[in-house]
Amino acid sequence: MIRIVDPGPQTTVQDLGRFGHLRYGIPPSGPIDVRAFVIANRLVGNPDGAAALECTLLGPRFTVEAACAIAVTGADAPVTVNDAAAASWATLILSPGDRVRVGAARAGLRLYVAFSGGLDVPVVLGSRATYLRGRLGGHAGRSLKRDDVLRLFQAPLPRARALSASEIPPIDSEPEIRVVLGPERERFTDAGIAALLGGPYEMLPQSDRMGARLTGARIAHARGHDIISDGIALGSIQVPGDGQPIVLLVDRQSTGGYTKIATVGSFDIARIGQVKPGQRVRFRAVDVPEAHRLRGAWEAQLAAVAGGAVAAAPAA
Amino acid sequence: MRALEFLVQAKGVAGVVETVPSFRSLLVYYDPRQTDFDGLCVTLATLAEQASSAVLPPARQVELPCCYDPEFGLDLRAAADRLGMTTDELVRAHAAAEYLVYFVGFTPGLPYMAGVPERIRLPRLETPRVKVPAGSVGLGGTQFCIYSVESPGGYWLLGRTPAPLYDPQAEEPTLLRPGDRVRMRPIDRAGYDAIAARVAARAWRPSIT
Repeated sequence: MIRIVDPGPQTTVQDLGRFGHLRYGIPPSGPIDVRAFVIANRLVGNPDGAAALECTLLGPRFTVEAACAIAVTGADAPVTVNDAAAASWATLILSPGDRVRVGAARAGLRLYVAFSGGLDVPVVLGSRATYLRGRLGGHAGRSLKRDDVLRLFQAPLPRARALSASEIPPIDSEPEIRVVLGPERERFTDAGIAALLGGPYEMLPQSDRMGARLTGARIAHARGHDIISDGIALGSIQVPGDGQPIVLLVDRQSTGGYTKIATVGSFDIARIGQVKPGQRVRFRAVDVPEAHRLRGAWEAQLAAVAGGAVAAAPAA
Repeated sequence: MRALEFLVQAKGVAGVVETVPSFRSLLVYYDPRQTDFDGLCVTLATLAEQASSAVLPPARQVELPCCYDPEFGLDLRAAADRLGMTTDELVRAHAAAEYLVYFVGFTPGLPYMAGVPERIRLPRLETPRVKVPAGSVGLGGTQFCIYSVESPGGYWLLGRTPAPLYDPQAEEPTLLRPGDRVRMRPIDRAGYDAIAARVAARAWRPSIT
């Protein structure tokens, strides 16, 4: 069991997501930085999809009531165990009563904390992921609060490991995000497309797991900004009437009526999701075959890191 | 769109992860490890040629209670005035029609429905409300929707249903599905409270046949 002393501003239980329910308006949720999430699980000997914590900007403080292993990944943040500095991107073996603190992100935005065995929360519609707006899944459908107690599935302690410096995904100060133009490319002027690809765009503080709101050069529409509502993909970039782009993320609305200028490749969702408010991004257009090649390279790299996937899933 | 979605699901098209129907399009999520873009486009184009309402299974008929009390129908009077009819006439016209759920989305369980009789069509509100209560029944242009959770909204509010369109604690959290045929049954304020109490006790289900 773990006991939350201070959850941080937004800490939720996530797994790899809830699929097949977008047609009822329920988004997949799950981690925004899938790679960091999966690596955290592998470092504690879990299957890739075991439930773990996602924290925004500032990690939690908690105590563990039984021996277990944890790993902290994602944004660069200080970690302490009983006030002594501890490593990120590494297995930490804990004893009963140990106090853990994950501090504020120095670079990056989203932190992941995995526990050996995985978090034991109910499966809702096939997933343990939290969908905050829908009050669904995770721990009581909400972000964690002080004094919450979370159970872990029983699991043997893993062998302690650490990622090498070259294996740790870098956090870029001004990442270049790869997009495929469309599906409503023709609803924007050439100058509007040039604005998006010229950049930079700055992340706004009202961004959340639903969407990353950006501000920068105005993106001009060719004929109005409204369409007949249709489906919104992961990474869709909507441009409402104000000409400022919104990148839709894992808790997105399933459909919407604003024009979509481009779609961020799935391999770059984590990179835009790690951009802090006030920090800037640039966009670069790639075609579909190039996007597939980048996705394949992303998957191959993930398959190899931290010993690769552990096959078995925890008991429900 | 619903017929195409049905065919995609029924044929188990390789690589398709999930689908989102809407008025004029079907969003198809696919796994590029299992299929390629061009091949999938060819498969979908072939299925689109076969897609007609004839392939769909019979629709569910859903009857939802609706209270048109002015406490809930915040725009009922203004809408009736603008349409040049009495509020009773507007309620009767709204409750007499059968609506088809084209798709469910935006927020969890929110049905986008067509079938609004021509004589009660209104453009959307010029200034959307910041907060519309869950269960609010709204008209906007040719569309009719029921807000599933409290959210912003720009439709004319005629009343409210006590039926839970989205209940995160339920086995099936969303009530309506694409393709459902929906009718509203007028109830009074006491009837609303009675059903709302049973909904809160998880002892009420709408009529679905």
